[in-house]
Order: sequence, then C-alpha cells, then structure tokens
Amino acid sequence: MESIAQLLQLIPKYDVLPALVRASLPMLVSAIVIFALLSLVVLFLVWLERKVSAHMQDRLGPMYVGGWHGWAQTIADAIKLLLKEDIVPELADRVLFKMAPFIVFLGAFAAFVVIPFGASSIVSDLNIGVLYILAIGSLAVVGIMMAGWASNSKYSLYGGMRSVAQIVSYEIPAAIAIMTVVILAGSLSMQDIVNAQKGGIQRWFLFRNPFTFLAFFVYFIASLAEVNRTPFDIPEAESELVAGYHTEYSGMRFAFFFLAEYANMIVVAGVATTLFLGGWTQVLPGTVAGQLVPGPIMFFLKVMALIFVQMWLRWSLPRLRVDQLMYLCWKVLLPASFILVAGAGWLAVYWK
Amino acid sequence: MKAEEIAALLSEKFGAKILESKLDGLNPWSVVEPAEILTVCRFVRSDGRLLMDHLECLAGADYKDRIEVVYIVYSMKHGHRYALKCRMPREAPRLPSVESVWGVANWHEREAFDMFGVVFEGHSDLRRILLPDDWEGHPLRKDYEFPTTYRDMPV
Amino acid sequence: MQVEYSGDVMTLNMGPQHPSTHGVLRLELKTDGEVVAEAIPHIGYLHRCFEKHAENIDYPGVVPFTDRMDYCAAMNMELGYVLAVEKLMGIQVNNRVRCIRIIMAELNRIASHLIAAGTYGNDMGSFTPFLWCFRDRETILDVFEETCGARLLYNYNWIGGLMFDVKPGFEKKVIDFIDYFEPQVDNLNTLLSNNFIFIKRTANVGIMTPEVALSYGVTGPNLRASGVKFDVRKNEPYLGYEEFDFDVPVGLGEHGPVGSCWDRYMVRIREIKESCKIIRQAVAKMTPGDVQESIPKRIKPPAGEVYMRTECPRGELGYYIVSDGSPKPYRVKVKSPCFTVMSAFREISRGAMIADIVAILGSVDIVLGEVDR
Repeated sequence: MESIAQLLQLIPKYDVLPALVRASLPMLVSAIVIFALLSLVVLFLVWLERKVSAHMQDRLGPMYVGGWHGWAQTIADAIKLLLKEDIVPELADRVLFKMAPFIVFLGAFAAFVVIPFGASSIVSDLNIGVLYILAIGSLAVVGIMMAGWASNSKYSLYGGMRSVAQIVSYEIPAAIAIMTVVILAGSLSMQDIVNAQKGGIQRWFLFRNPFTFLAFFVYFIASLAEVNRTPFDIPEAESELVAGYHTEYSGMRFAFFFLAEYANMIVVAGVATTLFLGGWTQVLPGTVAGQLVPGPIMFFLKVMALIFVQMWLRWSLPRLRVDQLMYLCWKVLLPASFILVAGAGWLAVYWK
Repeated sequence: MKAEEIAALLSEKFGAKILESKLDGLNPWSVVEPAEILTVCRFVRSDGRLLMDHLECLAGADYKDRIEVVYIVYSMKHGHRYALKCRMPREAPRLPSVESVWGVANWHEREAFDMFGVVFEGHSDLRRILLPDDWEGHPLRKDYEFPTTYRDMPV
Repeated sequence: MQVEYSGDVMTLNMGPQHPSTHGVLRLELKTDGEVVAEAIPHIGYLHRCFEKHAENIDYPGVVPFTDRMDYCAAMNMELGYVLAVEKLMGIQVNNRVRCIRIIMAELNRIASHLIAAGTYGNDMGSFTPFLWCFRDRETILDVFEETCGARLLYNYNWIGGLMFDVKPGFEKKVIDFIDYFEPQVDNLNTLLSNNFIFIKRTANVGIMTPEVALSYGVTGPNLRASGVKFDVRKNEPYLGYEEFDFDVPVGLGEHGPVGSCWDRYMVRIREIKESCKIIRQAVAKMTPGDVQESIPKRIKPPAGEVYMRTECPRGELGYYIVSDGSPKPYRVKVKSPCFTVMSAFREISRGAMIADIVAILGSVDIVLGEVDR
C-alpha cells in the first residue's frame, strides 16, 4: 500500500485534499486493485477447473467460446448470471438473504490484505498477520449461517448447519498447524515468515524439520474443509441437498457465492505457500532462472500448483459423510496437530 | 417335488378346502377357498417338504364371472414352483392378507387392491400404491370406464 | 429442575424431483436430526398402465411396451416376455437366434451395470467414474444401433426370432470391445470400488440379511450380495444357459457385514466380468442361420397360462401371461424386481442417516420405469 500511496502523490494538487481523504484513498485504491486482480484470476481458475475436470474424465471441456479451448467461457457465464432474474423467495428474510453473499465474499476478500505477493507487494504488513487471517476466516461462517436461515427452506438450513459445524471444527487443527511455523519463524507477520525462508528450496519451512512437513499436510486438509471442497463438500452435496445453503440463490447473488469459493481457494493456497513453500522467494536462487523470475510470478506459480492439487482431489475422491468428517477432524487431525506443535516447540528449544 | 405330489399333499392336508386343480398345463395350479388362503400359505411356507419361501407373484385377474388372485410360490431349497388361486365374486372380493407369511405381499396386495379392488383383511396399510390416493375406480377390471376428469382437470 | 425433552421428528420430503433418486420416487423421511427414523417410499409417478395396454394390443405389439419398463436394460425385458409367449406356444428357436439373444442380453447387462456403478459414484460425490462408465457404454450402444437402429429402446427380440439379423463384422466388434473393456473394469476398481472413502461410506450401511431378503422377495444382485447364491440362469436355466461356463458372484462381506451397500455394488462389478466371459463363449458358438424362420404367421397362443422368469440385471423378472386363444393377451402381469426391492427399502433403511439413505437407494439400483410400469 505504501507504493500506491507514493503513486497517488503524483496527482496534481494532491496535498490540497483533506487529511482523511489522503489517508483513506490508498486503501480504496488497493481494494479495487485487489478486487480486479482477484476477479481476473478467478475467471481463469473457473476455466481451469472445467478443463482439468474434463481431461480427467476423458472429455474435452469448453472448446468454442472465444476460440482457443474456450478461454472466454467464464466471461460468457458471468454475463449470463448477471442477466438472470433476481429471485427472492417469498417467505425469506429479505435483509439477511441479500446480505449473506457479500459477507461470505468478504470473509475471503479481506484475507488478501496480509498475503505477500512480492518483497514489497503487500497491502499491509500487519505484525499480527497470521492471527488476522485466522480471525477473518471465521467471518464466512456468519455469512453461510445467514444464507441457510434466510432462504426459509429446510434443505438450505441443513446445508447451512452442516457447513458451519464443518468450518468451525476444522479451524482448530488448521490454526495449530500454523503455530508450528510461527514457532520456527518467531513472528506472526507474514513478510517476516517469508523472509525467514529466503535462500532456496532447502530453506522452505516444509523441509526444515519433520514436524512442519506433517503440519503442511494437516493444514492443507483442514483448509480444504474450510473451503467446502470435496471430499468435504457436504454443504453443497448436489446429490443430497440439491445445493445446500445456496439452493435458493440465483443470478448475481449465486455468482458471488461462486466467486467467494474460488477466492477462498486462492487464499488458502496463498497462505499455505507463504507459510510452508517460501512465498515469493526463489526456488533455486543460484541459477539464471532464479535471477530473472520476479517474486510475484514465483508466488503465482506456487499457488497454481497447490490449486491444481485441490482440483485434482475434488475430481478423484468421493464425499465424506458428516459424522466421518467430524471424526476426522476431532479424533485424527486435532491430536496430530497437538503432537506436531509440541514437537516443533521442543525442536526449537533444543536445536537452536 | 412334482406338481402331482404337491397337489396330493395339499389335498391330504386340507381336504375339501382345495376346490379344484389343474396340473397338466405349463403352470399347475390349485384353487383354494378364499377364507382359508392364509392357513394354506402358512403351511406351504413352513412345511419341510414344500418350503415355499419365495412368493414370486401375487396377481389379480378379472374373468367375466369372478375375480381371481393368483399366488405363485417357489422354493429356493427344493426348486419347485406351484400356483394357488382364489376365486371370488366380482361384487365384493375379500381375502385374508398373507403379509405375515411373506413380507413382499404387503406391496403386491396393495397393487391388487389398487387395480382390482380386492380388499385384504388384516393388511397393515391398505391404500393405493400406483394411482393417486383419491382415484376412483379399479383400472384393470374389464368393465372399467376411463374417467373424463380428475379433480376438475380433463383427462 | 425437570426438563421434558422429546425428540423433534421432522418430516422431510426427498423427491419426486431430486438429483439422486434415480427417477421420480418420493421418499418421505421422518428424521430426528441427521438420523432417519422411518423412510417411506411413495411410488406411482411413472405409472403408464402397461398391463392395461397389453390387454388391448396383439402379442407382437406388446414388445415395444416391455422395452419401456426398464429402459436401461430393454433387451432383457423383451426377452422375458418373448420367452414366455414362446413357451406358451411351444416355439423353439434355432441356435443363431439363441446366441444373438444371449449376446444382446449380456451386453445390455453390462450397460445397465455401468449405469448403476457410474450413478452410484456420482451420488457419493465421485464424479469421474460416472463419465468413464458412460464412455464405455457408448460402444455398446453403437453396437445396438448398428444392429437394430436404436440406442435405448430396441423392439429387437420378436416372438419366434429377431427383428433383424446382425450386420457383418458384428462378432469382431463385440470381441474387440470386450478385449478393450475388461482392463477398464480394473481401472474402475482402483478409482472407486477400493477407494477408502467410498468403502467407509458404503460398507456398514443398509445391511440386508438373507432372511429379510428372502421374505421380501428380493432377487438378483441384491440377493446375491446378502450371501445367497441364487441365479435364475443357473438354477432354472433358459435359452441354453446351462451350456455356458460362468460364475455367480456372491457378497462376501470383505469390508463390513455381508449384505451391505458395498457388497451390492461389488457383486454388480464382478457380474460385469462374468458377462464378458459369457459373451465370448456365445460368439464362439454362433452358427449361420435365418433369424426369422421360427416366427409364426399368426401369433395366437392356445388358451392357458404361463409364468416365465428370467434374470434381468436388476433381479428376477417374471411374466404371468393368461391367454384365452385370441390374438390379444387376456392378462399380462409383470413381476418386476425393482418393485419387490422397494418394498424392502423401509426395512433396510431404519436407523440410517440422510447421507446413508442416498447410499442405500443407489446400491439397490432401481429404475422407476420398472417399479411403476
């Protein structure tokens, strides 16, 4: 955000504006830039998901819209959704119904504030970055609960309840797995954690010690559950509850839920990259590629790799039942994460 | 066991309750008095020589002067099959339910009730199964007249 | 302080339009939280009065109507009816007709089991096997289309013979397909059948004991999954099945108790491989001949009645035909296997969760066209 503030200084007569405006304008511009980037990447990701799923299922996917392999398919779908009729069920709670998609989207969007794309490309390097991400992740729960309740439909209510239970439970192993990294880095700030991994692939927290290696997998699985992706997509289980908490949504409101899901995927992949895979640092700093590839591109490539794995899992695995999901969280991941954080702490003290 | 042996066993056990038998066709059958069908079915299922534990088909049929219900039973262990029939007057066909002998009879009897109007006494849930609950008439009877409207909608 | 708590039983309606009920079926679920106290099926949404139609058309004209009952396995439905009428009339068909009928019936069995497996995976959330199964089914449908012009509803088995002879190159096409397809079943097993999550979802759910199965007249793969080794093709062979060498797979309870959803699913997958064996043998036994030589000029069976049963992919299909000597049947009663299995549904789904209801419904593999006729 500092660079945006400096850019804004170039506007003529900038100093004449009141102090409040000068303080808040960089924030507004950053938000718009992040939103624009996010929309473009989500557009690309939706197309990628359709292509990846198609090739795994021995078919082709979008091929026509826009020419080469249907790259404009998502744009066409977005326009279609915008043009649809805005239906609000008669007995639904109108205010909550309309607010719910925005709150769910906010839960994903606001997390981009602390994700570092490059050495100085971060909106705001809070010194409690990790804590902020964990807190914002809980905001989506409120939105989903509102969506499920306000739709005034039994199926939506079921979907909302299941989703809330799932997200709230899986936050705990995710947070504890993150703690292992925080212990090693000694700081909650995201930029500090990335800087502690500078120097190539052997410096990644993933490979530094066995506890963080396992913590990566615990975090990845727990975060899949937070994003409601298969095998944890019970809330959206088409075959059981039609579409769960967003059954009654259509048009632009549905598009927002969709956008929120993919934004969440990017957040989760971004956080995992930052904490475990070295963020924007180079993989092989000694080589020519290491000098040429800028930080944000490196970050983007790592995030794409993790997102590809998420898509791969979605199209290969069946769905877990609700009680099996809860069993996995409370009886498998939670004790595992406890052991990992204890081990990481012990190592940090005795192997200094 | 052959059809003759089965018919002989049934006559021996139930005597006059077995009204008629025809054993030379492709589907050998015996007619049983309607009120006694439940005891005959119980015997046929539990007797060691017969052991008819599989009710294959429970069909109604409407002949000009009577309504018939056919029970085709098969034994998994012995591999023999037999048909039992009950003949009832067309005005008020009533039969005891054999639901307690074979669980599948529950739905088959509901269908016979739906299509022919046969009332099964002792059935736990005798209501229409294939047609809407408020349909009038029993379609598979030969004198069924197709309705012109259903709930004020032209059919 | 005394608190009176009575569990709140909520009545939830699944269907008739629902992505997972495999047709128009209404399930009334009385649920207490996630656990289902009672699951009551309501059928009749697809009732098309087959039995009444059959009384008003002549015998050959009933064959297209039989297709439409179980539309996923139409060849087997036609076969049952045609064999019943042929039994009534005492017609014997020649070897060529017999072999082609067996090949078509077994190919249709494979196609039907592929639908069952694919849609079951889809219900469980695994979308990829659905497309793999349908891709393989396309070749079977191409074979059917080449022979009789239709992909799904054939009107191919006629009383006394077949509608068309097979085109040249039929045997090669079928054998090529079987050679390609048998390894694909192993792929499917790796992806879905032996998948840890799939086993967890299906192996302890919807247990059907042999006693319940026999009492409710369940037949076919559903009965065999409960451990009872009974197959009409072996126990009461028709169409010369006694000359063929094949196994009858039975549920073994490898993951959980015998008679679970996983057993029912796995019996079908194993049956696919057995069908491949039968098809190879049938192709080898085929002889040249005229497929329409035994078709009588006028189809007027003598007065009498017959009950004929065949093994269709979903169980034992029975036709009870009463003839009064006229060209039209007097009474045709179809005993459809899916109808009997649905009557047992209430029994096997007690105490399951909502997600398990979907698993149980998918594993019994019903087609509503057959349940309602």
